[in-house]
Amino acid sequence: MKIFGLKRKDLLLFVVFSAVVLTSRYLFAPFGAGYPDLLQKFAIYGIFALGFNILFGLTGYLSFGHAAFLGVGSYTAVWTFKLLSMNPVPAIILATLAGGVFAAAIGFVSLRRSGIYFSILTLAFAQMCYNLAYSVLTPITNGETGLQLAQSDPRVLDVAFGRDYGAVLPPSDLFGIVMTGYSGFYFCAVVLIVCFYIVIRLFRSPIGLMLRAVKSNQNRLDYTGVNSRPYTLAAFVISGMFAGLAGGLLAVTDPLAGAERMQWTASGEVVLMTILGGSGTLLGPVIGAGAIKYFENIFSAFNEGILNSAFSFLPETLQHIVVSVSSLFVGEGWHLTLGALFMLIVIFLPGGLMEGFRRLRNLAVRLFGPGGGGSEPKPETT
Amino acid sequence: MSILSVKNVNKSFGGLRALNEVNLEIEAGTVHAIIGPNGAGKSTLLNCFVGRLDPDTGTVDFDGKSLLGITPHEINQAGVSRVFQTPEIFGDLTLHENVMIPAFARRDGSFALNAWRRVKPRGPIGDKAIQMLEDVGLGEKANDVAGQLSRGDKRRLELAMCLIQDPKLLLLDEPTAGMARADTNNTIDLMKRIAERGVTMVVIEHDMHVVFSLADRISVLAQGTVIAEDEPEKIKGNPKVQDAYLGGAHL
Amino acid sequence: MDAILLQILNGLDKGGAYALIALGLTIIFGTLGVVNFAHGALFMLGAFCAVSVKALLSLNKITIDPTKTTAWGTPMEVRQPYVEAWFGDFGKTLLDYSVPLSILIAIPIMLLIGIIMERGLIRFFYRRPHAEQILVTFGLAIVLQEIVKSIFGANPIPQPAPDTVNGMIDFGAMIGIEAGNVVYPAWRLIYFLFSLFIVAAMFAFLQFTTFGMVVRAGMADRETVGLLGIDIDRRFTVVFGLAAIVAGLAGAMYTPILSPDYHMGMDFLVLSFVVVVVGGMGSLGGAVLAGFLLGILQSFAAMNEVKNVLPGIDQIVIYLIAVVILLVRPRGLMGRKGVMEH
Repeated sequence: MKIFGLKRKDLLLFVVFSAVVLTSRYLFAPFGAGYPDLLQKFAIYGIFALGFNILFGLTGYLSFGHAAFLGVGSYTAVWTFKLLSMNPVPAIILATLAGGVFAAAIGFVSLRRSGIYFSILTLAFAQMCYNLAYSVLTPITNGETGLQLAQSDPRVLDVAFGRDYGAVLPPSDLFGIVMTGYSGFYFCAVVLIVCFYIVIRLFRSPIGLMLRAVKSNQNRLDYTGVNSRPYTLAAFVISGMFAGLAGGLLAVTDPLAGAERMQWTASGEVVLMTILGGSGTLLGPVIGAGAIKYFENIFSAFNEGILNSAFSFLPETLQHIVVSVSSLFVGEGWHLTLGALFMLIVIFLPGGLMEGFRRLRNLAVRLFGPGGGGSEPKPETT
Repeated sequence: MSILSVKNVNKSFGGLRALNEVNLEIEAGTVHAIIGPNGAGKSTLLNCFVGRLDPDTGTVDFDGKSLLGITPHEINQAGVSRVFQTPEIFGDLTLHENVMIPAFARRDGSFALNAWRRVKPRGPIGDKAIQMLEDVGLGEKANDVAGQLSRGDKRRLELAMCLIQDPKLLLLDEPTAGMARADTNNTIDLMKRIAERGVTMVVIEHDMHVVFSLADRISVLAQGTVIAEDEPEKIKGNPKVQDAYLGGAHL
Repeated sequence: MDAILLQILNGLDKGGAYALIALGLTIIFGTLGVVNFAHGALFMLGAFCAVSVKALLSLNKITIDPTKTTAWGTPMEVRQPYVEAWFGDFGKTLLDYSVPLSILIAIPIMLLIGIIMERGLIRFFYRRPHAEQILVTFGLAIVLQEIVKSIFGANPIPQPAPDTVNGMIDFGAMIGIEAGNVVYPAWRLIYFLFSLFIVAAMFAFLQFTTFGMVVRAGMADRETVGLLGIDIDRRFTVVFGLAAIVAGLAGAMYTPILSPDYHMGMDFLVLSFVVVVVGGMGSLGGAVLAGFLLGILQSFAAMNEVKNVLPGIDQIVIYLIAVVILLVRPRGLMGRKGVMEH
């Protein structure tokens, strides 16, 4: 049975995913994660990671430059706000296109090499873009301060349609629905769901198969008569478009674009999200993005006071020691936790959380399943 | 009817003459073995056929087209398939997927941005792939992950991947290297069946048992020169060949 | 002419830092086959060794001197470093020379850190794909950086050079140009000479010792060396330790030039990789040469004359060169032919 071109299993996954996303406001509330800012970040970085996963998880090319496309998307969106309209739709369309164009240019050059050379090329490009945005192209990017809206923005389309925001710096609005708060989140959520659908179709398509072949054995693919270059470029451009889209959405929910988003260490964050969740899987990147943003939120909000009360059940000296040690990992020290988490995942669970779930499920099947002690279940790319 | 024509090929690496005025004519529909002691230049010669190396002089023409200086995928599109010394397959994918990929790869190499269709396990291509797997005896393992196969099975899979593209020429670089006796015999049987289909095969081999079971003609390479080329029986008795192989072959 | 000379000098110290870091990176990549994204962190740790040494030497002994009073009439606290109190003038000299002194301390500490890193983490990644090596060492770099940040704070900590060499020297006068035209901070020149010395020492070690020969063989063909029955594991540890020492020393001595802060490692890391790639991955000579060249190039690009024509070129020139080289000559300036070319 096929609906919208999805197999039954994939359809189920898609429906459940959409349901979870749309009701996340209520589902995540008990975990303190139900408020709009955080939910928006879940959706936006989920989109970013989904796209990155196509290049890294599916095709096997590690790029350190994708934060550049995120930044490009943000800048494009803000310029669209300033020049055309505060409506988010043209902004994200143009942001996506901008991400794709930049990715096409950078990918065309970088993909001439593979492996570590490719990674370093993307690294070089990313730093170049960052430096350009920070100090060279300041008329466009406004350098260190970041690009912001101004009352004097032309907003041609808005004016043409008779919308006047007066003397206020307006938030983005979709035909009257303001893009902050929960309505902003739902806009991002719809985009995320559409993106997820696209990714499922991509995974199951012949292109997806070719990309997995590239990752598995590019040499053999060449000798099978397939020129892998167009495929890898397509993967690069698609992931760049997703990144641009995510950057655009960041600006929609908060109309400010800064250069620090483009640093190569910001690219490292999306790599971590993808790996943490499970690279090469469908859900992994989104789960990883959600987990990272959630813990970033929780951990950086902790301080000694909270730690003290959390560990108050311990005897005093022990409590003191535990709090001192753990205080290194929270608040400002959130990055320390991130780095340590990075290392632990790469060392012990390179398949990420999805692999962890799979192992747990296999264990359960083996212990409790029919016949017990069966063989390894077949591989799947869920 | 000569399908692969190698003329005046010379190749030197620094001061070392690896290939010296090598001439070779491969007849269509035959199995042609290239043998020789270690260091004779067999792999170097093969690398010239597959775009890995450019000879210093000479031509390599396949079906009228030159094979020199073109990329691996162009070589494949010209009708030449190869297997590697260590079987090169897509280890992360299932056997079924492994064979579907060459089936998808079009002869003209055009890039199909078909991101929208689904890869159907039971469509025209999927069925063709299953059929091919059964032909080589791997039908029951169609959904297993290719990386887990034994070496012999990997070789069979690799051959299936080549065959599904209906190659005009199949290049085999020591196909039975590293195999135990049982695997070797299975591989020989499979190669015989391939030959019966009419595929032209060029086999580089060390194992004389393989060579004499299969070859229609044998070329003997020693120190970069072709010292003999003839039918298998005549090669056996050739004194030059015996000299070159001093202590090397099991005849 | 003078301006050109000045710019060349200007690039030498930074070029020296790049060369030393790239040297370590190349050794680790060439011998161990590991891409080490934590190498910049080693550079940073060396710098903070120097910081710690100075901090230790500056531990003040607070005495109350009844003969002097503050503005409020209370007896004044006199702060005097312990070393001064104990060793008098010699102590003063120690404190003054804390940066070069830190070399002595840095060597064993960096060796220890390198050994722990290799034994504890790196060696599990010899056979794993490059991507995973990059990721785990990247994570380690972040962890190290954050630990340093939590101990030493987020602000740069200036480290002055010893007084005798703290000033400028008139380089021009030394080579016959009119005095006063080409003056240059003495320490930066010293750093350049120091980096040359380390490079030479490394090359000598590799060339003239048996151990060095094994390392070079390992860089040329790792598998065969292992098959020869040489206990490659132990040597890998030493190699890593050596590379760590080189990076650490580079960092320690660089502190008077650039006040160390916790993210200097990351800042230098990207450029160092670019240097390695431009020089040719696996080529030691290439790494060193490319380091100095790129350092000089960057300083030329920072000249006002150049910036007026191509604004901002200094920020991106190194990356541009890297891109061009990676495309036109992927094996780099001095890399082996056929490495990574396809």
